[in-house]
Amino acid sequence: MSAAPAYSEDKGGSAGPGEPEYGHDPASGGIFSSDYKRHDDLKEMLDTNKDSLKLEAMKRIVAMIARGKNASDLFPAVVKNVACKNIEVKKLVYVYLVRYAEEQQDLALLSISTFQRGLKDPNQLIRASALRVLSSIRVPIIVPIMMLAIKEAASDMSPYVRKTAAHAIPKLYSLDSDQKDQLIEVIEKLLADKTTLVAGSVVMAFEEVCPERIDLIHKNYRKLCNLLIDVEEWGQVVIISMLTRYARTQFLSPTQNESLLEENPEKAFYGSEEDEAKGPGPEEAAATALPSRKPYVMDPDHRLLLRNTKPLLQSRSAAVVMAVAQLYFHLAPKAEVGVIAKALVRLLRSHSEVQYVVLQNVATMSIKRRGMFEPYLKSFYIRSTDPTQIKVLKLEVLTNLANETNIPTVLREFQTYIRSMDKDFVAATIQAIGRCATNIGRVRDTCLNGLVQLLSNRDELVVAESVVVIKKLLQMQPAQHGEIIKHLAKLTDNIQVPMARASILWLIGEYCEHVPRIAPDVLRKMAKSFTAEEDIVKLQVINLAAKLYLTNSKQTKLLTQYVLSLAKYDQNYDIRDRARFTRQLIVPSEQGGALSRHAKKLFLAPKPAPVLESSFKDRDHFQLGSLSHLLNAKATGYQELPDWPEEAPDPSVRNVEVPEWTKCSNREKRKEKEKPFYSDSEGESGPTESADSNPESDSESDSKSSSESTSGESSSESDNEDEDEEKGRSSESEQSEEEGERKKTKKRKKVAEGHRAGSSSDEGSDSSSSSSESEVTSESEEEQVEATSWRRKTAPSSKSAAAAKEISLLDLEDFTPPSVQAVSPPMIVSTSLVTDLEGLTLTDSSLVPSLLSPVPGAGRQELLHRVAGEGLAVDYAFSRQPFPADPHMVSVHIHFSNSSENPIKGLRVGAPKLPAGISIQEFPEIESLAPGESTTAVMGINFCDSTQAANFQLCTETRQFYVSIQPPVGELMAPVFMSENEFKKEQGKLTGMNEITEKLTLPDTCRSDHIVVQKVTTTANLGRVPCGTSDEYRFAGRTLTSGSLVLLTLDARPAGAAQLTVNSEKMVIGTMLVKDVIQALTQ
Amino acid sequence: MIHSLFLINSSGDIFLEKHWKSVVSRSVCDYFFEAQERATEAENVPPVIPTPHHYLLSVYRHKIFFVAVIQTEVPPLFVIEFLHRVVDTFQDYFGVCSEPVIKDNVVVVYEVLEEMLDNGFPLATESNILKELIKPPTILRTVVNTITGSTNVGDQLPTGQLSVVPWRRTGVKYTNNEAYFDVIEEIDAIIDKSGSTITAEIQGVIDACVKLTGMPDLTLSFMNPRLLDDVSFHPCVRFKRWESERILSFIPPDGNFRLLSYHVSAQNLVAIPVYVKHNISFRDSSSLGRFEITVGPKQTMGKAIEGVIVTSQMPKGVLNMSLTPSQGTHTFDPVTKMLSWDVGKINPQKLPSLKGTMSLQAGASKPDENPTINLQFKIQQLAISGLKVNRLDMYGEKYKPFKGIKYMTKAGKFQVRT
Repeated sequence: MSAAPAYSEDKGGSAGPGEPEYGHDPASGGIFSSDYKRHDDLKEMLDTNKDSLKLEAMKRIVAMIARGKNASDLFPAVVKNVACKNIEVKKLVYVYLVRYAEEQQDLALLSISTFQRGLKDPNQLIRASALRVLSSIRVPIIVPIMMLAIKEAASDMSPYVRKTAAHAIPKLYSLDSDQKDQLIEVIEKLLADKTTLVAGSVVMAFEEVCPERIDLIHKNYRKLCNLLIDVEEWGQVVIISMLTRYARTQFLSPTQNESLLEENPEKAFYGSEEDEAKGPGPEEAAATALPSRKPYVMDPDHRLLLRNTKPLLQSRSAAVVMAVAQLYFHLAPKAEVGVIAKALVRLLRSHSEVQYVVLQNVATMSIKRRGMFEPYLKSFYIRSTDPTQIKVLKLEVLTNLANETNIPTVLREFQTYIRSMDKDFVAATIQAIGRCATNIGRVRDTCLNGLVQLLSNRDELVVAESVVVIKKLLQMQPAQHGEIIKHLAKLTDNIQVPMARASILWLIGEYCEHVPRIAPDVLRKMAKSFTAEEDIVKLQVINLAAKLYLTNSKQTKLLTQYVLSLAKYDQNYDIRDRARFTRQLIVPSEQGGALSRHAKKLFLAPKPAPVLESSFKDRDHFQLGSLSHLLNAKATGYQELPDWPEEAPDPSVRNVEVPEWTKCSNREKRKEKEKPFYSDSEGESGPTESADSNPESDSESDSKSSSESTSGESSSESDNEDEDEEKGRSSESEQSEEEGERKKTKKRKKVAEGHRAGSSSDEGSDSSSSSSESEVTSESEEEQVEATSWRRKTAPSSKSAAAAKEISLLDLEDFTPPSVQAVSPPMIVSTSLVTDLEGLTLTDSSLVPSLLSPVPGAGRQELLHRVAGEGLAVDYAFSRQPFPADPHMVSVHIHFSNSSENPIKGLRVGAPKLPAGISIQEFPEIESLAPGESTTAVMGINFCDSTQAANFQLCTETRQFYVSIQPPVGELMAPVFMSENEFKKEQGKLTGMNEITEKLTLPDTCRSDHIVVQKVTTTANLGRVPCGTSDEYRFAGRTLTSGSLVLLTLDARPAGAAQLTVNSEKMVIGTMLVKDVIQALTQ
Repeated sequence: MIHSLFLINSSGDIFLEKHWKSVVSRSVCDYFFEAQERATEAENVPPVIPTPHHYLLSVYRHKIFFVAVIQTEVPPLFVIEFLHRVVDTFQDYFGVCSEPVIKDNVVVVYEVLEEMLDNGFPLATESNILKELIKPPTILRTVVNTITGSTNVGDQLPTGQLSVVPWRRTGVKYTNNEAYFDVIEEIDAIIDKSGSTITAEIQGVIDACVKLTGMPDLTLSFMNPRLLDDVSFHPCVRFKRWESERILSFIPPDGNFRLLSYHVSAQNLVAIPVYVKHNISFRDSSSLGRFEITVGPKQTMGKAIEGVIVTSQMPKGVLNMSLTPSQGTHTFDPVTKMLSWDVGKINPQKLPSLKGTMSLQAGASKPDENPTINLQFKIQQLAISGLKVNRLDMYGEKYKPFKGIKYMTKAGKFQVRT
């Protein structure tokens, strides 16, 4: 800056117009002077027609602004150029305008029309920049114009313009807060925007204008979660921080149960079981526990947030990582918080400012969750090159992390630190040692000894700090440490630091009975030097004198009086007061003050030991990562992090309208009632991963499919349910789920019976849509078990499948083979939804489980023709239900019908001749089958992952029939659910010999999504894996016996070409499967 | 959000100010100067300083304080991260970020700052977008501009912001298509007195220089991706692909960028490529101290150790040192007490050493601390963790690019306690 005057002298020579270099080097110009003549020059330049001169002038003006010089008197000259064609001049004029418009409001209005014109420009970027400048001019008169412009821009075609509109909202708000209501409307509209470009900016506007309007977020919550990963970094930070607050108001604390368990782990665990004596296991018991002790089930939306933010821990931006870390810290269940530690430790490699902030937060977290950072202890070791503030924070963290096991290493580290040249840091280290000593009893003596050794250090600061810490430590257990007190007493001759001297005196006074000989001597010395001491020391001398007088008045009476007399004439009134007070208290006088009798109690009362604790304790009531947390004080505009609610608010508020395509084909039938149902079911259509402790899934034997039951499915599935009588059911659903579904199953069965009886009542769909899948499964299971008692015309196998799919099918003929329709609903979910939800599959998610719902295998096969069977006809079908008795078995539904005139008695399996490994679980004997009647039995066959036939005899009382069941290869497996990522991972492991690829051409008839899927799933019992791209289909399953994975990928290319890949350890199965699937697809 | 920005040099002059909302008087910086005075050293200035009406958040880089003024609650890392991004952008634009350079390019700086924030909220921070908006000055362009009067401001409006890959410009063209990747690993270690390792970690980065025409889609795979324990990516990397296949798949930004930084898990024992033998002793009686250091190679996988520099902060009591190095040059600054020895390449046959005496302040007692030795070195053609790139493939474009991968190991924060 000193150069400025010098330059102002030579400016006359060099500042001629037309010397363009001049502007490139503003430092060399005299333009910073307040010489008005110079400004005249600039004005002239601005008034010319030459763009280069204008540019020159503008550059100089901007340089002035940058330097903080006042250039406001040029306003009229500059504002004229707002419509200049030269784009750089224009930009610089904008810069100027934004800077000075506030000061020259009237003149600024001249420019407005230019921007208004710009707002109508066909080029989106020009519209955006016009809005941007217009909104940046802080002139209250144009508020209505701005408001209009923002409203218009908020519905602009271009997302970029909408983003600019979002940016303009806080600007307008700060200019005129009366516009709030209107602005909120705009925010609401923009919040609904689906582009990533807008999301960050509008949430920013939301935070500035109406952070309290949490209700605006409900509908957009899921969308924001899903968009998050694609939003730019700055927007991510803002959104995450807002969602943290949102989640705190809307979800239940994930730790509420944990804390209960922690307090009394044994009791809580067993207690719940006792409550439900009949419960077979804790899960079951918990599931049916009373509502007041309802087990915690994480809201799927809560889970969604956690899952979608997790990958952002890998962001390169420290701010984003910190934002996710605080979100996890505040919202995640205890077990999951640990993931953030690694990312936070990584940030410690960053710039020192970043380290500073991160360490502050780590310090707070490490108090609450020590275990999280323990593995990274060494990352907090201090290097001599760290700045002091970083060293001190690292020390704080190390102290917090110290525990019984690692304390030796920590102390060894501290030992090296004590010898550091940085004395502030040494002092902090000594305090840290003191804290370790208080926290960990085992090392207290070691620490104390170490500190005592430090007392002989040459550096006085170190000694003084040690004394202070020793004093605190001794206070905890004074009895054993007479020696140390003696040692300290000797130090009074050398130590000059007042705080340390005072501490020693206090210690001697307090524990004078431990050092009865030395104490009076110390007092003698102190009395001698009393006048030269610091005030704080003098006070302690008086204190010591008083205490000694009370305990040992013989030796110290004179000394005490001497000290008190000295103090009486001290310059400091505190000391004079203290002396007077003490004298009255301890020296008995004639008046016999009532207090003096209690003097001893007053002075020598046992004093509580000081608590050495971290300054970061309790800082976590501020949202981590916030400015307020860093300062440990509420910053302006800080939004409190709300406490978890007691009762979860209604989760259905986050439900959004369903898009058209989910409509089911048979929707027309129930048009009048579809509306409420619609929104209800859509409520589950978010990625509702059922929480880990979903009671239903655990209690079911076929948990595999049902536990995955989530919403992706239900959005389609629930459409199949008939109208929903009880509208409030979605809120009920959770509870009813917990009540155990035994009751429900019964109910369901009744319904089914109702159907059989010919009634077409639709009450069956009273179950919640999310649980319907599992119920159906359990129902059909029971059916199987009780199959013998179910002698009806209907074929339960097909019926249960039908029930699972579409209840309306029940109205159809009994023998309807599993139709295309039955399969189609899940497929409707397919690509577009899957793509939408793709973001969710990042982790261990479970998505679109409907795809797992058992699809009945290829229709019935004949086992025994009625002619050969002398009137007994036997068919079999693969139901694809898990066989309850043995999960390795394929369950086969065997359908008997008696077309003879006599009853057939004693139907059973006899003398199976089985190839090695294959085993059969026979069906219970059917005692009698009346003529014309039919029945179904279920048997399980373990095919041992081979397609060899199981041969056995079917015996009646009179005859024996040799029959054999040969499974299609597709029946030897059960679907598994996995995410795309898991799929790819698994596929990566099964390459080479385990991969079989075949090219094929899809006929025209099967190029649509659902037909392909349906054909594949009919051929093989596989589960669909969600997939991001529309022309790829993935399926996964496990063979029943060995549980080897079978992965099937169908890559459809244009014009019907396709490639089928099967990956499986079982090569034979793979080859056969390829063949079968190709056959199915090309037929 | 961010209200204003002040740039302050080390002598305490505010040489640039920019306001994104209404003007904040520069007198607010007085609080900063106070804190600066208290902190004795520049790096000890607290990054966050509360004042009655504002909060000052600062970063210190290239001997310049970048002080942001904010008025309301905002995550401090948000601001700090942004300020660092500003510095990176300047560096990208001007090659260096220093006071004279900023002063020389004040108009460009101002224009860039204007684009980076809107009303205090970051708008365009990707240097690719910015460069489309405001072209960085080059000597040639400056000359041309002087003659023709054309401008630095791009005459096309930026399309980058609208693109799905905001980090890449459209219509990039090169005659030589090339993609270079540097795998650089740094060893952070603390070695104690006896030569045993207290802590050692490997931090690595992959810096890329990609000059490819059009919109190439690259995949980079590793021979041993399991080594990577913790990674952070440039936003261009497809996270899902990495999760599932451990492959880096990305559409690269144009030019130089940091693709990935990673951390090699601590379980893998870190090979320490050098050792330092030291004998530094002060004697109570005499005013002379002995000083002797030898540096030698340890586990180098047969590669040469180059660019070795030894620095050490000597205790205050040391007045001067008279040392003789067996190779390289050394300096000792008696004011800052900083000893620095530029060793160069280590010859395993003849280990470099530095021997001599230290003269201590007469009468003063011996310093209680031995100095720590900081080490820098480089090993070419070696990634110490053993990480190896398997292959680099390009999709989406027809031409054949030239690909190159370079490995290097460096010392990060490598300290030997004595």
